[in-house]
Amino acid sequence: MAADPADAALALPQSSAQPDVAPRGRRLPIVPLGIIGTFVLMAILAPLLSPSSPYEQSLRNRLKPPVWDERGSWTHPLGTDRLGRDMLARIVYGSRVSLAAGVLTVLLASAVGAAVGLVAGYYGGRVDAVLMRITDATMSFPVILLALILAVTVGPSFFNVVVAIAVILWARYARVIRGEVLTLMELDFIAQARIAGAGPWRIITRHLAPNTLNTLVVLVTLQVGYVIIVEAALSFLGAGIPPPTPAWGSMIAEGRDFVTSAWWVSFLPGLAILLVVLAFNLIGDWLRDTLDPKLRQL
Amino acid sequence: MTLPVVDVRELRTHIVTRWGTIRAVDGVSFSVAEGETLGLVGESGSGKSMTCLSLVRLVPRPAARIIGGEVRLDGDDLLAKSEAEMQRIRGRRVAMVLQDPMSSLNPVFSVGMQLGEAVSMYHGLRGRALTERATALLAAVRIPSPAARLRAFPHQLSGGMRQRVVGAMAIAAPPRLLIADEPTTSLDVTIQAQYLGLLEELQERHRFAMIFVTHDLGIVARICDRVAVMYGGRIVEIGPVRRIFRAPVHPYTKALLDAIPRLGARRDRLTTIEGQPPDLVKLPAGCAFAARCAHVMERCRQEAPPETAVAPDHATRCWLNA
Repeated sequence: MAADPADAALALPQSSAQPDVAPRGRRLPIVPLGIIGTFVLMAILAPLLSPSSPYEQSLRNRLKPPVWDERGSWTHPLGTDRLGRDMLARIVYGSRVSLAAGVLTVLLASAVGAAVGLVAGYYGGRVDAVLMRITDATMSFPVILLALILAVTVGPSFFNVVVAIAVILWARYARVIRGEVLTLMELDFIAQARIAGAGPWRIITRHLAPNTLNTLVVLVTLQVGYVIIVEAALSFLGAGIPPPTPAWGSMIAEGRDFVTSAWWVSFLPGLAILLVVLAFNLIGDWLRDTLDPKLRQL
Repeated sequence: MTLPVVDVRELRTHIVTRWGTIRAVDGVSFSVAEGETLGLVGESGSGKSMTCLSLVRLVPRPAARIIGGEVRLDGDDLLAKSEAEMQRIRGRRVAMVLQDPMSSLNPVFSVGMQLGEAVSMYHGLRGRALTERATALLAAVRIPSPAARLRAFPHQLSGGMRQRVVGAMAIAAPPRLLIADEPTTSLDVTIQAQYLGLLEELQERHRFAMIFVTHDLGIVARICDRVAVMYGGRIVEIGPVRRIFRAPVHPYTKALLDAIPRLGARRDRLTTIEGQPPDLVKLPAGCAFAARCAHVMERCRQEAPPETAVAPDHATRCWLNA
């Protein structure tokens, strides 16, 4: 057959009659899904999977390198931190915090934000003006600052991290959903529903909400990664999940004094964050391309 | 004479804008009897659609407001009803078909779910009875293999099919009054003819009164019994279709009819109406058509002409006939 690449290129138009590759954007993002799947399994099965307790200290075994280093051993495949705790166990348990924070926060924020957006877009006028000014004000408040204030006044906790991020994050959903609702309101089927005798509740729940679902799903997926980063940043600053609970952000912070001598303490949790966030973003992009090509700018 | 299904008296709807108040509907009166079709014609902005929305009290608030008048549906004054009562009247007693079939169905639900929603809302049916009723409605609007179409989503249907589904939803109750706001404007001519035939057939069966908004005089001639010509928020001439087409009285109606191109007429250019449609914010004190009228008199600019009968059931607003 054609060994010359030029021949193969020329032959393409004919073979395109039966494409063996789905159009771009439709292909299932297998690698990102695999990464998320692995981390989710890890989080659920943490007690079964992790080789040892993430809290057990052993000062004699502190700062052991990972197994591929010549000084490493299989007792601690990814090495240990400065208190001699097993890195693999801490990363596995840390996925619980990151994923739970990411998912919970985004669900909370999207529920509130979508509700506000639907109401503002549907009623318009003064209701819309008031709700959107509140939204603008919320968006102008830095998440990290609010979380720091909460951490200092109420004390750092998982719950406070979720609340602090959600209290700011809903605004973005409100904006996007309101925009979506405004375009929907112009369409005849909303007018038709009203003429058919549907009340506000019915129109919002049956006609507007289902039509914004695509946008919401895309936004939620894209935001999970963002929330994981914010949570890690808060934990890094000490305003997030309090020690000794393993969280990726605080693990990076703990390792920053030894970056030159024991790089793995900071690097490995950082890598975990990178992989999860990247995977969520790729899935989000894919969802956006498949469900809602209008949303390119998000 | 029997009581008309709808009786509209001196209806006024104003829209408040930054540039001033638009008198979109300015004292409109008409009535439509059972089984009768009234055509509502006029150029864009003459108040046709606003009149229809006022009948079901769905004018775009808060800018638009129904200022006064009476809308009686089988004797009940709709303008005096509460919003909750209106919700029960809409769809059940007054239904409406809008212009754009492409967007008049909810894209995320199947035809069956949307039609079913209307049927269950009006008749409280469930399960099998609901499906049967929905199928029967699709069959009534001449949709082939209706049972299978219930599972179809709007994007799988053509514009004509979708408009039929909208029609099926409109007659689900069935209503006493059907308002059709340019339902065939975006359909091509053959589908348009079929749809008009369908509306006539449905009207024959259910005997509802119909208000048909259009700016196509050909459609008026085809399906309407009477026609009301609107200009600047007022009805300038109303009467039986035959009379209006044969012996129009108002200069605007005459001009409209002259502007229809005719086959075989030897003319190089189409006849048009000189001038611009009136600025609705600054309507003149007198007749709104005065600035474009060929027979304008001094009085036309000063005083608005009253409605005068030129024959039983044929009235106009023009000083020439007053």
